[in-house]
Amino acid sequence: MAGTANLSDDATEAHTKPQGRFGAYGGRYVPETLMAALNELEAAYAAASADPVFQAELDDLLHNFAGRPTPLYFAERLTEQLGGAKIYLKREDLLHTGAHKINNALGQGLLARRMGKRRIIAETGAGQHGVATATVCALLGMECIVYMGEEDIRRQELNVLRMRLLGAEVRPVSSGSRTLKDAVNEALRDWVTNVRDTYYILGSALGPHPYPTMVRDFHRVIGVELRQQMLEREGRLPDAILACVGGGSNAIGAFHAFLDDKDVRLIGVEAGGRGKALGDHAARFEGGVPGVLQGTYSYVLQDEDGQVALTHSVSAGLDYATVGPEHAALHDSGRASYVSADDAHVLEAVVRLSRAEGILPALESAHAVAECLRIAPGMPRHAILVINLSGRGDKDMGILARELNIAGAEALSGR
Amino acid sequence: MPIRFQQHPGLVVYLTAGDNGVNADGAQMHPGDLSVTRAIALAAIDAGADVIELGVPFSDPMADGPVIQRASERALQSGTRLQDVIDLAAELRVARPAAGIILFSYLNPILRYGMARFVDAAAAAGADGVLLTDMIVEEADEYLAEMHRTSLSPVFLAAPTSPDARLQAIAAHSEGFIYAISRTGITGKQQQLTADAAALVERIRRWTRLPVAVGFGISNADHVAQVGRFADAAVVGSAIVELIERSTPEKAPGAVSRFIEGLRQPYLAQTL
Repeated sequence: MAGTANLSDDATEAHTKPQGRFGAYGGRYVPETLMAALNELEAAYAAASADPVFQAELDDLLHNFAGRPTPLYFAERLTEQLGGAKIYLKREDLLHTGAHKINNALGQGLLARRMGKRRIIAETGAGQHGVATATVCALLGMECIVYMGEEDIRRQELNVLRMRLLGAEVRPVSSGSRTLKDAVNEALRDWVTNVRDTYYILGSALGPHPYPTMVRDFHRVIGVELRQQMLEREGRLPDAILACVGGGSNAIGAFHAFLDDKDVRLIGVEAGGRGKALGDHAARFEGGVPGVLQGTYSYVLQDEDGQVALTHSVSAGLDYATVGPEHAALHDSGRASYVSADDAHVLEAVVRLSRAEGILPALESAHAVAECLRIAPGMPRHAILVINLSGRGDKDMGILARELNIAGAEALSGR
Repeated sequence: MPIRFQQHPGLVVYLTAGDNGVNADGAQMHPGDLSVTRAIALAAIDAGADVIELGVPFSDPMADGPVIQRASERALQSGTRLQDVIDLAAELRVARPAAGIILFSYLNPILRYGMARFVDAAAAAGADGVLLTDMIVEEADEYLAEMHRTSLSPVFLAAPTSPDARLQAIAAHSEGFIYAISRTGITGKQQQLTADAAALVERIRRWTRLPVAVGFGISNADHVAQVGRFADAAVVGSAIVELIERSTPEKAPGAVSRFIEGLRQPYLAQTL
């Protein structure tokens, strides 16, 4: 056996450099097996970001395949009805596949191809990221496996069928609460097993570094467009931007271009679910404390023993126990504020926006609409409020049919 | 206390603390009653385990396969808390002074308990070391600073995918032994050891004189004998946890004892 080798400077410095931090949050808390892959991904992403050819191909696909730029739409009837701030909708719901998720799926899909990985895995909650990933894999001719909780498969059946039609394999996850968190666990287990030939397209701005930064960068186009469109339309920036926050990818994409514009209020809306008790909601900033889940340090809904709590939301996409680390930092610094909307108000918001504007929002996005319904009437008429309408609600028709016939009957009548 | 492997190869036995092998409904026990785990651990030590890894159950064991996932769920259903696991470590220390005891956990339960408080409690209990599944060396500054106040050994994982620079850092920050993961993947049994394991151990040895234990998928006497040819110890986890699952709380200690004795059979046959 050889003697102990001398330590190089690399080894002694390796553990002193925090990676991918947003204030105290973020980092990398993963099994050692994944570290080489995360480092490889970080390097490949850095190279791709600096490569004009990669950016040009992505821009072309975003424009011609996905349908960017998305419109900034003035919701005139809703504005009149509420009698307060002017309400604009950033129409990410009009993107191909029905939600903002395609921005990130295209970016990471191209990156995977560039890295020579042919096997793609993903997790999905509402199914929008799964559909976006299955779509990109079909486009690029790659194998696609999507992990999805059994509960989410039940409530988002239409998206399961879409993924299968697109050629993806949907693997049901039966552990834990059988929702998004458990799908992420299972995707991580697959990745740690097949790490040498598999690319994990993580669907939100969370998980270990570099995912929170990379996913944010791929969605940053939302806020960049919004900023320019608003300046063209109104000659000034909006007073507030509202976005729903599950992992927080659409919100960070909408917020990021405005972080230095201190007069623009950034408001994230979490899932208030059916009540304030632990297990009845997914409002991490109301009921969570900082901790580590699925590779990142952020706010986590958990019990006093550090066991991750079950969550509930009518929307599968927000039904998740932790939140992207950059949101945790924005929360603590006060740059963004976070509120929650409960299931009943969300269902009401779906109906309200559908009938006022002819736009059916996804249940996730309807959380931002619900907060708009609450605050817009109290704002002056010259104020401007933007909702990032992250997805459309066609996928939710099954849930809406059930929920609105029972709890929502009241909401439907008299509107 | 330094960890010693009394035999070659040494044996490290992983147990999910608080897992009685049956769901809480089926067992007439108080929440946090770890007497079954205690009896199994004592039986394992007496049958030849050099080190016991006491697994702290976690709600989201992302590095574990189905067997340990189920064990974690059972342990949580029966009300197992981190404090109970630390208390069990203290009992085992008193009962078997020479055995190695490692607390094995995901990070979040430790963070919630408090890192400094945990390290103090683990040291006071007489544990020898700590292994945190989702703690990599780059993030370990605070953890290591707390550990270094005590005689507790931080044990880090090394993977077949870890390049030499990472192995070097892992070796530099590990004490007690280094846990080499035999293959890419999650915990669980496998038919054959891959060539990854021997190659990894050889690479680790360039950077350390610490003992190297090989784990993940070690489930029978042949595996243990193979590991003995290139490493210092074998870690057996899922195979024993599955045995406990198939047994009863009363019979599990005896079954685990016989299983561990059997793990040494080819080796004994070879040397005698």
